[in-house]
Amino acid sequence: MELKDKLVSSYVAFENRVETDSEVHEIRSRALQNFEALGFPTKKLEAWKYTSLNAVLKQDYSLFPNKENNIQLADVKKYFIHDIDAYKLVFIDGKYSSFLSETTHDTFDVCLMSSALVKPKYKAVIENYFDKIATKDNLTSLNTAFASEGAYIHIPKNVEVEKPIQIINFTTGSEAATLLQPRNLIVVEQNAHVQIIERNQSLTSNPVLTNSVTEVFAAKDATVDIYKIQNDAENASLVDNSYIEQKSKSIVSVHTFSFGGNITRNNLNFFQRGEHIDSILKGITIIEGKQHVDHHTLVHHIAPNCESHQDYKGIFDERATGVFNGKVIVEKEAQKTNAYQKNNNVLVSDKATINAKPQLEIFADDVKCSHGCTIGQLDEEALFYMQQRGIPKKEGKALLMYAFANTVLESVKIPEVKQRITQLIAKKLGVDIGFDL
Amino acid sequence: MSKYTEEQLEQELKTQEYKYGFYTDIESETFAKGLSEEVVIAISKKKNEPQWMTDWRLEAFRVWKKMEEPEWANVQYEKPKFQDIAYYSAPKEKPKLNSLDEVDPELLDTFKRLGISLDEQKKLANVAVDIVMDSVSVATTFKKTLGEKGIIFMPISEAIQEHPELVRKYLGTVVPTTDNFYAALNSAVFSDGSFCYIPKGVRCPMELSTYFRINEGGTGQFERTLVVADKGSYVSYLEGCTAPSRDENQLHAAVVELIAMDDAEIKYSTVQNWYPGNKEGKGGVYNFVTKRGLCENNAKISWTQVETGSAVTWKYPSCILKGNNSVGEFYSIAVTNNYQQADTGTKMIHLGKNTKSTIISKGISAGSSQNSYRGLVQIGARAENARNFSQCDSLLMGNLCGAHTFPYIEVKNKTAQVEHEATTSKIGEEQLFYCNQRGIDTEKAIALIVNGFSKEVLNKLPMEFAVEAQKLLEISLEGSVG
Repeated sequence: MELKDKLVSSYVAFENRVETDSEVHEIRSRALQNFEALGFPTKKLEAWKYTSLNAVLKQDYSLFPNKENNIQLADVKKYFIHDIDAYKLVFIDGKYSSFLSETTHDTFDVCLMSSALVKPKYKAVIENYFDKIATKDNLTSLNTAFASEGAYIHIPKNVEVEKPIQIINFTTGSEAATLLQPRNLIVVEQNAHVQIIERNQSLTSNPVLTNSVTEVFAAKDATVDIYKIQNDAENASLVDNSYIEQKSKSIVSVHTFSFGGNITRNNLNFFQRGEHIDSILKGITIIEGKQHVDHHTLVHHIAPNCESHQDYKGIFDERATGVFNGKVIVEKEAQKTNAYQKNNNVLVSDKATINAKPQLEIFADDVKCSHGCTIGQLDEEALFYMQQRGIPKKEGKALLMYAFANTVLESVKIPEVKQRITQLIAKKLGVDIGFDL
Repeated sequence: MSKYTEEQLEQELKTQEYKYGFYTDIESETFAKGLSEEVVIAISKKKNEPQWMTDWRLEAFRVWKKMEEPEWANVQYEKPKFQDIAYYSAPKEKPKLNSLDEVDPELLDTFKRLGISLDEQKKLANVAVDIVMDSVSVATTFKKTLGEKGIIFMPISEAIQEHPELVRKYLGTVVPTTDNFYAALNSAVFSDGSFCYIPKGVRCPMELSTYFRINEGGTGQFERTLVVADKGSYVSYLEGCTAPSRDENQLHAAVVELIAMDDAEIKYSTVQNWYPGNKEGKGGVYNFVTKRGLCENNAKISWTQVETGSAVTWKYPSCILKGNNSVGEFYSIAVTNNYQQADTGTKMIHLGKNTKSTIISKGISAGSSQNSYRGLVQIGARAENARNFSQCDSLLMGNLCGAHTFPYIEVKNKTAQVEHEATTSKIGEEQLFYCNQRGIDTEKAIALIVNGFSKEVLNKLPMEFAVEAQKLLEISLEGSVG
């Protein structure tokens, strides 16, 4: 049976497991109809021109893994940023693991979507924010139709969350193939501040497809920093749909580090509804083998006097494919917008491919918008210089690549995250240096 | 001195009417409207074409029937009704001319009003003009001079008669009949165009040029141009267009094919000023053109275009860099005003080793117009050391217009070096203030800045054409270019 039919026909079974007498469920049912009409994306769609999900969709995914799976902290500790104190929301095969998690309800809520969707306490927030900015495209609709579990984070006015929040989805591989659809909602009220680290991790080589949707609302003067660490097993594919709405003077940054996985698709969408907003989108992609990473970004400048900064670096080896499609829309009301977009790529092997499409759509005249996109090689002379001074070629190359990617790393605010990413880069480049030169 | 502000300029731009909107009344022999196999055969018969040509057209027509109109371009317009177009129109008097005196005086007058005096061009600019007026050539000059060098430059309909082996060998090799909707349509019904062949090692001594004009109301213009530069030859080809003011939308679906063999160089320059519609966006020409060039080893093709006209433009002059060390260039200025829409750019397909391409695109949008750059840079897996540099700059005047960039970059070779950059800006207050301080009034200052903005491309035009291009820029943005 085709995955689409399987999903649609399993909806009845899904309805037995959730509260159906609610507004949320109406949203779900509408989304299902929408998905039924649209189907999975194909390469014929402009937005999916360079990324094909065909092979991934052929797997016979188990939709609602039933078995309770426990994993030992010692086995998975390495996937946490464990050297810092943090709130943790851990899901195993889509189910919440209270044993590994650390939630709170004290001054703010870091808890579960499943309870937020049903408990009256959260009703107002859910009504105001749930599925409000997520676009009604195919994969987001699919996620909405089956939305039941994920992270729910609500930070009230003037609260500065003292430690980062880690959201981790583990798949144990107890099923032959697993489909996960986490649904996250992050609401950050006025002048509040939060840092979030996201990760998806498969623990076996069984195929996994994660189709996640995250909605983030940053109210006036709020600051939100999100770090997405994508270093999954080689049979794990990810479609990460993130929607971020910002109000006046808020600052939201999203750093995406893509090192692992099979096919990774990031749909990162920013909507600026207010003045003096700053949106920061950065990413480092280092992949090899047959890996495929696709960054689709959208920054929608709706109000005047806002800024956006995009900086994506990519290093592609072996048969890896990289895609960058950055779209900036400046509406005619959005005068005095400063929008910058930069995408630099290095191809290391002859079989690697990069497809880039930096796109600007501008309707206002008093703006400064620029985009730059380059594809090139490492500086041979710089490499030679290092070799002359006794640095082996491999290390020299790694140093150059690290320097190349460093502009992204510089703006990471949590030192432990920065350190972890540095280690991952060193590992990825096959060198044993700390880069802390 | 009264202060001239940007608002005033904008106002002026809005009210600027099309200056070349006049209509020449030459008796036309026009086919009834509609398109069918019979019409295709009739066109072919009318032109007295050999059987292979008729078959070629029919094949294209059959392909076209199965195709759908493309919708991906960033333009909105009422689709032309293809059964409502007359597919053939020729000036009735088709004189064989040797000198200008024999040309219909009314026609000469038309050109005079356009500011293109044939005499002047003949004498001063040394340009051979093959005038295409509603699809059939009526005057060909300098044929003799060219003939001495072995250069063939004639209407393609004549070339089909006189040099069928050449036409048959090259026609449709760069833009196949199945390429796209409008190329297929053109292949089926093209009425005339130009054919140019430069023999081995010959450097064409003059700029070759053609002026296209759409004339008869309700007739589509389907031009077909084929330029073949044999090994080691050089040619510079100019194409200019102006069309009379009309309310009905007119369709222009041309195909241009360039073939540059080993060590050859083709420079193809276009100044396009079809009727853009009036200031409410009514009328105007639809310009859906397929232009493509093929480069063999060490060959070079350079496209230069100044686009100021047409209600809707859909045009991507491309280079297939097949040979090693071949070079492709694209220099473009696209100006849109009022309700004009332009979706234009280029494709650079790098297949050979050490291939180079340069793209410089300047877009100026004013009024309520939409200006898009859409380009593709593709580096094949075997294209070692390919190099590309792209630069797209947009200048916006007023907040009703839009500027868009859709660059596609696809690289499959690690030795490739590709750079793309795009900027969007308006005329800076500081820049204007700086000029004002030095006694340059605002109008002149804007002119200066726009001129400077487009200079990189204007410089690439042949001298003879640069004047014309300046003139057309003035028409589109009068008051801003001095």
